[in-house]
Amino acid sequence: MGNLGRVLTIDAAILEAIVAHARRDHPDEACGIVAGPIGSDQPTRHIAMDNAERSPTFYRFDSMEQLRVWREMDDRDEEPVVIYHSHTATEAYPSRTDVGIAQLPEAHYLLVSTREPDTTEIRSYRIVDGVVTEEPVRVVNAGVDQHAVQSYMFGQSPAEVDYECPAGS
Amino acid sequence: MAIEVRIPTILRSYTGGAKSVEGSGDTLTDLLSDLDSRHAGIRGRLITDEGALHRFVNIYVNDEDVRFIGGLDAKLADGDNVTILPAVAGGSLAIWA
Repeated sequence: MGNLGRVLTIDAAILEAIVAHARRDHPDEACGIVAGPIGSDQPTRHIAMDNAERSPTFYRFDSMEQLRVWREMDDRDEEPVVIYHSHTATEAYPSRTDVGIAQLPEAHYLLVSTREPDTTEIRSYRIVDGVVTEEPVRVVNAGVDQHAVQSYMFGQSPAEVDYECPAGS
Repeated sequence: MAIEVRIPTILRSYTGGAKSVEGSGDTLTDLLSDLDSRHAGIRGRLITDEGALHRFVNIYVNDEDVRFIGGLDAKLADGDNVTILPAVAGGSLAIWA
C-alpha cells in the first residue's frame, strides 16, 4: 500500500458537519469518523463520537459506542474511511500521542484545529507504523455554501487543494 | 463448540487474512494462549510484557467490554463471541514517550 499520491476527497457538507462538531465541543477535543463502503475510499456517513475523556488535550472513543458503531459498519459493508479529531489549542498536526496510538493504517486521519475562533485549520494524514504522511484535502460539492468552505484553512499549499465546484455556482 | 473471535484489520496478518477465527478457553487468558498457539505473535499485540491488557486495545465478550467483566480473567463459554477492536484515541498532549 503506497501513501504517495493519496488524497482525501470529502464532501463539503460532511466537512462542515465535522467542523461544527469541533466548534461545539471546543475547548474539549471532538472526535468521530466518516464511514464509507469498504474499499471505496469514499467517506459518506458522518458519525460524531463521544470523547470519553471529555478533555481539552486527549480523546478516546467510548468503547461501547465504538462496538456499536463498528458492528453497524460491518452490517452495512462499511469501514472507517476518515478518523477525525480536533486540537483546540495547537495546530492540526498529529501529536506524538496521535502517532503512537494510531492503529488504522488504511484510514485518513483528519485533524481540525479550533484554536483560532474565526478560521478552522483542516489537514489530513496517513499514519502507518509511526510514519506520518500529509495528503491534500479535496473538497467536492462545495458550491452549496462556498462562504463556509472558504473560511477553512488547509495545510497543503493552495495548488494542491482542488476545489470542485459545480458550474455556475 | 468453540468461541468465535473477530479480528481487526491490523491483526489479520496473524490470521492469514481471516476476519474471524475460532478458539477455546475458560477465560480470556486461556483463549489468547490458545489463539497464539495457532497464530503466533497475536497474543503479544494484545497483552503487555507485564501481562496486562494493552491499554489501546478493546476486547469484548458478546456485548461487554472485558474491562468491566474481569479483564483477562473474564469467563468464557462455548458459543461466546469475542471481538477485538483497536482503540481510537490520541490528543494534543504529548503523553506518548
